[in-house]
Amino acid sequence: MIPTHYYLILSAILFGLGVVAFVSRRNIITIFMSIELMLNAVNLAFVAFSQAWNRLDGQVFVLFVIVVAAAEAAVGLGIIILIARNRQSLNVERVDLLKL
Amino acid sequence: MLILDNLWIIPLLPLLGSATNGLLGRNWPNKIVNSVAVGSTGFSFLCALEAVREFFQLSADQIPWVKQYFSWIAAGSFRAGFDLQVDQLTVVMLLVVTGVGWLIHIYSTGYMAHESGYYRFFSYLNLFMFFMLILVLAANYVLLFVGWEGVGLCSYLLIGFYFLKKSAADAGKKAFIVNRIGDFGFMLGMFLLFRTFGTLDFVTLFDQKHAGGAPSDAMGQLGTLTIACLLLFMGATGKSAQLPLYVWLPDAMEGPTPVSALIHAATMVTAGVYVVVRSHVLFTHAPTAMLVVAIVGCATALFAATIGLVQTDIKRVLAYSTVSQLGYMFLACGVGAFSAGIFHLMTHAFFKALLFLAAGSVIHAVGGEQDMRKMGGLAKKIPWTYRTMLIATLAIAGAPLLAGFFSKDEILYADFQSPYGGHILYAFGLFTALLTSFYMFRLIFLTFFGKPRFDEHHVHVHESPWSMLGPLVVLAVLSIFGGWFALPAFWGGPDYFAGFLSPVFGAKEAVAGAEEAAANISELTLAMIAVTTALVGFGIAFWLYIRKPGKPAELVKSFKGAYTTLLNKYYVDELYATVVVKPLMWISTEVLWRGVDVRAIDGAVNGIAAGTTGIGDNVRHTQSGNTRSYAVWVVIGALVIITIIFWPYLKPAAVGMVR
Repeated sequence: MIPTHYYLILSAILFGLGVVAFVSRRNIITIFMSIELMLNAVNLAFVAFSQAWNRLDGQVFVLFVIVVAAAEAAVGLGIIILIARNRQSLNVERVDLLKL
Repeated sequence: MLILDNLWIIPLLPLLGSATNGLLGRNWPNKIVNSVAVGSTGFSFLCALEAVREFFQLSADQIPWVKQYFSWIAAGSFRAGFDLQVDQLTVVMLLVVTGVGWLIHIYSTGYMAHESGYYRFFSYLNLFMFFMLILVLAANYVLLFVGWEGVGLCSYLLIGFYFLKKSAADAGKKAFIVNRIGDFGFMLGMFLLFRTFGTLDFVTLFDQKHAGGAPSDAMGQLGTLTIACLLLFMGATGKSAQLPLYVWLPDAMEGPTPVSALIHAATMVTAGVYVVVRSHVLFTHAPTAMLVVAIVGCATALFAATIGLVQTDIKRVLAYSTVSQLGYMFLACGVGAFSAGIFHLMTHAFFKALLFLAAGSVIHAVGGEQDMRKMGGLAKKIPWTYRTMLIATLAIAGAPLLAGFFSKDEILYADFQSPYGGHILYAFGLFTALLTSFYMFRLIFLTFFGKPRFDEHHVHVHESPWSMLGPLVVLAVLSIFGGWFALPAFWGGPDYFAGFLSPVFGAKEAVAGAEEAAANISELTLAMIAVTTALVGFGIAFWLYIRKPGKPAELVKSFKGAYTTLLNKYYVDELYATVVVKPLMWISTEVLWRGVDVRAIDGAVNGIAAGTTGIGDNVRHTQSGNTRSYAVWVVIGALVIITIIFWPYLKPAAVGMVR
């Protein structure tokens, strides 16, 4: 039996990688992937706790997260495609219309 | 009981007239404006007459007749309703206000015919009638105060009727502000009465369970009732132009002459007398307040009469005369002769309105000139104006059998006999009568006799139209016969006027009556003295202005100091300007405006605004539009929140690291 904190440490590492990737990369697709990475790091933590306390709540949460992530991926990719069409670029630095 | 049950209709009619003319009358021809204004007031007068007819059919226990229409203010135990009341005192006031008011409305149609703002004038005039009727019909102090403030507003509007003229606008403001000072006292008086007795309804307040049964204050004792009375009287001095708040009335002559006649002679300025008389139950419980009223009244009567001696503006002479006569009324109230005060109020309304209207007719005739030095010899040219004005002058001077004779005589008699009065008050009253007779005949002689002192080629003197002369004649008739209610008293019969009012004043005057019977000097003797005094005044005026027309100028030279003091009205306006107005102006500009308003309030508001702008200016740079920088902020925020949540667990570690 692998101790729970192993899973948690792995989850924290994955989440941290996701955050670092999110703020450091410029390509929207990569950023998008880093979001997925963070979501799945959280999923891992949920499943680990579910296992540790022998309860199903965590696994239910995970299913929800997967569903939301799928929907988000669909919408997100749609937006990305539009941005790519409009700007012929996937660089987030150039998507800055919200600045004052 | 058609009208007595629906008393509200009497004030409502002028209000409707005012609203109609004020809102719609701008482009109407004068005729329609006339019919609305004169019609509504006329109907109101008819309703008042019908109300009085019905009033006489009431049995004694139905008086005072109080109708409660609706609750206006209700808070806790306090209730102020739209309640109207009719008793004998109200009847007198009601007839004077609607009757004289109606006559002056008719007069105004002639006098104002060529003025612009015709509809505006009548709208204000009708509004004034509304508020004045509310004032005299009110059954509690709160509703009375509504009328009280309303007539003040209309007075302001009408004094400043020619608002393009700066002096008129200033005079309006002066009247309003001076009145506010008095109103302040009036309100405090009301509050004190409510606090002490828990009600402001006249009937309840004056009954035996409340103020009517309260123990009287001793002379010189400042009890609650005395203070309340003095505060109410402070309001009265403002409204009725008594010392020290009389200064606005002479300036109020800037308004059109019918306004001077209606508001500043016949009705509004008598409101103070009315309030004192209405509150007679309180005043008789406060001898100190009575003494103050008597002294202020007497002092004002004398003071204003002396100023009136040297004024040259025909309307100003009449204005000071009004102040002086109002002083007489307060003198009467102060010595406990309330019915005599009201009697003089009524006769004064007749002859003073007549004097003002006749003066207006004179001014009309000589093309707007008000300076008596530029008149003279008008008697033959405007005979009707001359005749009516002469009657009014005889009435005010106290010529036997005319209205003013009876009322003034009653006041002087009361001064002499009443337990509140005294021979000093009587002497001053008598001397004032002499001065009154002198300055009124001086006015007549300067205006109507001697050689014309105006340019006869340019001024086309013409008699006024009948719309103006009609009211003059009616008022002249009233000035002759208006005092005959008291006529039988001279051969031992009843005084019908005092008898009519006696239910209102009850036992208080009966006491005075008993003393009258025991008096060792008869009313007739005092009347003879008064008439002689008036004759002396007439004689001096005749000698100075008809026999020796050069004499006044010589007198002016030999009494230069006294003359300039009088001509400058004892420098009271200048005194007030230095003592009150200038310091107030300084505090207003330097402290309140430049200090508090600009520095503190504006400074705070502007400072907060500038600070917000500055912060925003700096913070806006964080909004770069760069997605990744936002992400960094999100991460930092999340870290901060996590740190805060887990601080209890992290603290030992953090402390350990620092060590």
